[in-house]
Amino acid sequence: MVKVESREEKRKKNRDKMELKEKLITSFLAFENSVSTDTETNVHDIRSKAFTHFEQNGFPTKKDEEWKYTPLKPILKHDYNVFPKAGTAIEFKDVKRYFLHEIESYKIVFIDGVYSSFLSDTTHEGYDICLLSAALKKPKYKMVIDHYFNTIASKKESITSLNTAFSKEGAYINIPKNTVVPKPIQVVYFSTGSEAQLMLQPRNLIIVGENSHVQIVERHQSLTSNVVLTNSVTEIFAGTRAIVDYYKIQNDQKTASLIDNTYVQQQRQSVASVNTFSFGGNLTRNNLEFYQEGEHITSNLNGITIIGDKQLVDNHTLVNHKYPNCESHELYKGIYADKSTGVFNGKVIVEQEAQKTNAFQQNNNILIDDGATINAKPQLEIFADDVKCSHGCTIGQLDEDALFYLRSRGIPKKEAEALLLYAFANDALQKIKISELKTRITRLIAKKLGVDLGFDL
Amino acid sequence: MLEIKNLHAKVEDKDILKGINLNIKAGEVHAIMGPNGSGKSTLSSVIAGKEEYEVTDGEILLDNEDLDDLAPEERAHKGIFMSFQYPVEIPGVTVTNFIKTAINETRKANGKDELPAKDMLKKIRETAQLLEIDRKFLSRSLNEGFSGGEKKRNEIFQMAMLEPKLAILDETDSGLDIDALKVVANGVNKLKSKDNAVVIITHYQRLLDYIVPDFVHVLNDGKIVKSGGKELAHELEAKGYDWLK
Repeated sequence: MVKVESREEKRKKNRDKMELKEKLITSFLAFENSVSTDTETNVHDIRSKAFTHFEQNGFPTKKDEEWKYTPLKPILKHDYNVFPKAGTAIEFKDVKRYFLHEIESYKIVFIDGVYSSFLSDTTHEGYDICLLSAALKKPKYKMVIDHYFNTIASKKESITSLNTAFSKEGAYINIPKNTVVPKPIQVVYFSTGSEAQLMLQPRNLIIVGENSHVQIVERHQSLTSNVVLTNSVTEIFAGTRAIVDYYKIQNDQKTASLIDNTYVQQQRQSVASVNTFSFGGNLTRNNLEFYQEGEHITSNLNGITIIGDKQLVDNHTLVNHKYPNCESHELYKGIYADKSTGVFNGKVIVEQEAQKTNAFQQNNNILIDDGATINAKPQLEIFADDVKCSHGCTIGQLDEDALFYLRSRGIPKKEAEALLLYAFANDALQKIKISELKTRITRLIAKKLGVDLGFDL
Repeated sequence: MLEIKNLHAKVEDKDILKGINLNIKAGEVHAIMGPNGSGKSTLSSVIAGKEEYEVTDGEILLDNEDLDDLAPEERAHKGIFMSFQYPVEIPGVTVTNFIKTAINETRKANGKDELPAKDMLKKIRETAQLLEIDRKFLSRSLNEGFSGGEKKRNEIFQMAMLEPKLAILDETDSGLDIDALKVVANGVNKLKSKDNAVVIITHYQRLLDYIVPDFVHVLNDGKIVKSGGKELAHELEAKGYDWLK
């Protein structure tokens, strides 16, 4: 009897210690059963195909050129719970500070991957600001889901396939044509730490119709120092002349890692902007891809990264210019202290058809400490001959003369350094169109730089 | 007020100052002139505490206190101000916010409370008026996109706001047209008092027509080779520097 039990225990232990990939693979069947009511749409097929792709390819490793500087191994070794349980309640007052609460907004909030109706403020009046799970289930959304879901997310990136295979819940935002959404939409994912190690795979679908305008703020926030790995996929569709402003606030605990995969498809004359602010977290990987599907499109990619300790932030961007007379503006600023690591990989493809393209890319970095590293790689692939493309990449330290200037005016060294770093990041900060958010980010930067500057910058 | 005794300084193993002696009393205006490379700007940077410069011998005393161990900001807190030839651009920080920070950091270091916002605004307004500075200018980012003249005027504005004991104006006249030069000089003259001193570092005599010095010193190869009254400046203008070498 005793022996049998111990063998059982051993087997259980082995199962628990199973590699994350194996665990996900063995979990897939159970997952599919739990969401089997979705048979009306193509989603079942999509998940199965994605699952097969992940099963064949597994997690990317450092051997993969695109993941050379961003080792996933250390964050995959944890024994993640991949099926979060529902039911952890959070009081609004305890998490208020994570919301842009100064202004009115719609809110789609998840706790440990499960929708929280209590913290959310959704709507179906005039437009849908709700849950992907509902959209995947209800027949009235079938046409939209079949038309958009997983159409632009990568089929080649195994980590995206993994998310697709397990896609179930996230934000669903569908704005019909000629609509200006009067207040920003906040999409917030909390993890409570009720699981010691938790893996989350949110999936967002955002469709913005012709002439419509929407502002979205996305945040992933862990409430304890338990280990969290989030593998998020967002698909954004900007219709003709639509304006989409998207802000990502990445200021999570040092035990939380995030792989964010965001795919943007734009129709003619649309303007889509994604602003990424990476201050926190353990490992943060942003895959951000823009696909232009018409003329006179503008794509804006802005980022500010300020990290220290052993944090890593990797911004991998792609802008694909397919049609003439389009623009892309890319500006990434990075400040790296201690032993932190930055990665910037900016790929711009200008296809042969895409004459008169204006594509600008700027990546500026400051290394504060000797132990900090930045790996920067601009990649321009230009097949059209009448284009204006530029890229600039700088890596530097704080300017001694500038520092002396500020100190000679009585500003102590630490504050002087912070002011210069703030000035360095400033042009990317100016792209924020929600003024309360700009103030918030400015304060976050001041806090991150460790100074009270005595005035609101 | 400021005593410089046998000052030797080097940067990257290159000796630049080779024994400077200078005594500046409250209420005085001194001009330091000299050809390019004579060590004028080094002297002002050393007084202000720039760390790349190493003092190898001699000392600088402000009110009998040796400045040697003091950081640039500590010197500023004790009342030393240096206007820069090439002020730095600080995007996102307005002229007003910058000067507020500088003043309040200085007050904090001297054990004083922050200047109340009302008093600060009043002082900013009055100083701006004195220097004929437009109000819109004050809400621009510090030095960002400023013309040469605007940068210099902004330096004098900061000087006027900080009310230093010892103001060193390093090549403040370069890049200024005659009208701007007059405004700047007028500002400096109004701020001059029996309690403070001004050191004007310049290549040309032009500014000295408007800010009349009590003493003129000629610097050459890291040493003061001649000192005299204001007439020395005119002599230099007429004869050049070669006769002193």
